[in-house]
Amino acid sequence: MHEMSLTEGVVRILEQQAAQHNFTKVKTVWLEIGELSQVDPDSMAFCFDAVTRGSAVAAGARLEIIRVPGEGFCLDCAKAVHLASRVEGCPECGGFGLRVTQGGDMRVKELEVE
Amino acid sequence: MCTVCGCGDATLEHSHDHPHDHGHDHPHDHGHGHGHGHGHDHTHCHDHGNGDGHSHHGHEHDIHYGTGLAGVHVPGLTQSRIIQIEQDILGHNRSLAETNRARLAGKGIFALNLVSSPGSGKTTLLCRTIEALGGRFPVAVIEGDQQTSFDADRIRATGVPAVQVNTGKGCHLDAHMVAQACDRLPLADDSVLFIENVGNLVCPAAFDLGEAYKVAILSVTEGEDKPLKYPDMFAAAGMMILTKVDLLPHLDFDVDAAIAYARRVNPEIVVLQVSARTGQGMDEWLAWIGEGRRRAMAEK
Repeated sequence: MHEMSLTEGVVRILEQQAAQHNFTKVKTVWLEIGELSQVDPDSMAFCFDAVTRGSAVAAGARLEIIRVPGEGFCLDCAKAVHLASRVEGCPECGGFGLRVTQGGDMRVKELEVE
Repeated sequence: MCTVCGCGDATLEHSHDHPHDHGHDHPHDHGHGHGHGHGHDHTHCHDHGNGDGHSHHGHEHDIHYGTGLAGVHVPGLTQSRIIQIEQDILGHNRSLAETNRARLAGKGIFALNLVSSPGSGKTTLLCRTIEALGGRFPVAVIEGDQQTSFDADRIRATGVPAVQVNTGKGCHLDAHMVAQACDRLPLADDSVLFIENVGNLVCPAAFDLGEAYKVAILSVTEGEDKPLKYPDMFAAAGMMILTKVDLLPHLDFDVDAAIAYARRVNPEIVVLQVSARTGQGMDEWLAWIGEGRRRAMAEK
């Protein structure tokens, strides 16, 4: 379950930010998780509760997940199209000559801190 | 993820909804728990992957969160503040991977990250590869498994240096583990480094180790539909090797379908068909490694 490692990565970011921006407590974390990224948002929420307990800065923080839609460029139609998964073809022409242009990443977007 | 049955998939097949009924309410429960006094009234939705409407949710939240909070947190009334950081969660691993990549590039080392399900024949393929290379150039191996040093022992028996990384509870190798393993290996200039990842077609896809390519290994005793079942891995890989092809006459495995599925998720993936037992396809595989090494040496 790599969501555990990823969540540890989130907590590492929170602790670095606490040192950098002088705060002691994170109240809310907004994560952007792309529709095509390799992560399950529910697992992430589960791991977040477990992992943050061990961090003074992150303990008790609320997690908000923002889904970023998958987008790709279809080489056959030469168009930007919505991609819900990596295994379905272009919604316009059904072809598989697709390049993912958005929704493959996951990042910490914003923090509410005190 | 469901905390009762442990299933981690947000996409539920409609035909399977009864066994999962117990667990999939909880993400909503905590998601809607706004009893903390901020008073912003957005409707948060943990995406359940049911297809439609993702894009709407994503954009609405993006805008709504910021305005809701900005309106609530009046200066002087609360200590809370918002920090926009926009940091990639995998950024830490990625920067360690880039350090590994630079270190390997400086020595002209061609590194491959071998990924597959458990039992696809990664270690056997590696042992045969090392034997077939016959000391033509130096080789080193990093072996990843949850437990035991069985695989590193098998590699060392071929006369090549190997380090076993036991991940314990971990499901994948990360760039830090590989950096530590590299410290313990004699890494010769102009050599080839094989990193055999933990047998797992899911988690290692997300973690760059500093390799030149991920090589996804799929044995023909598995299903030809694996590239569609585990698309992230086949999308991340530069090459797919179909192994155990000597068994094809005894199996219903559809080679053409497997290749078509892999190309569907990754149009550029290079495909080889190999049998470590009979040696079929080994020349092509060795030639590809040799070409990669030549390029790594040229770019040193």
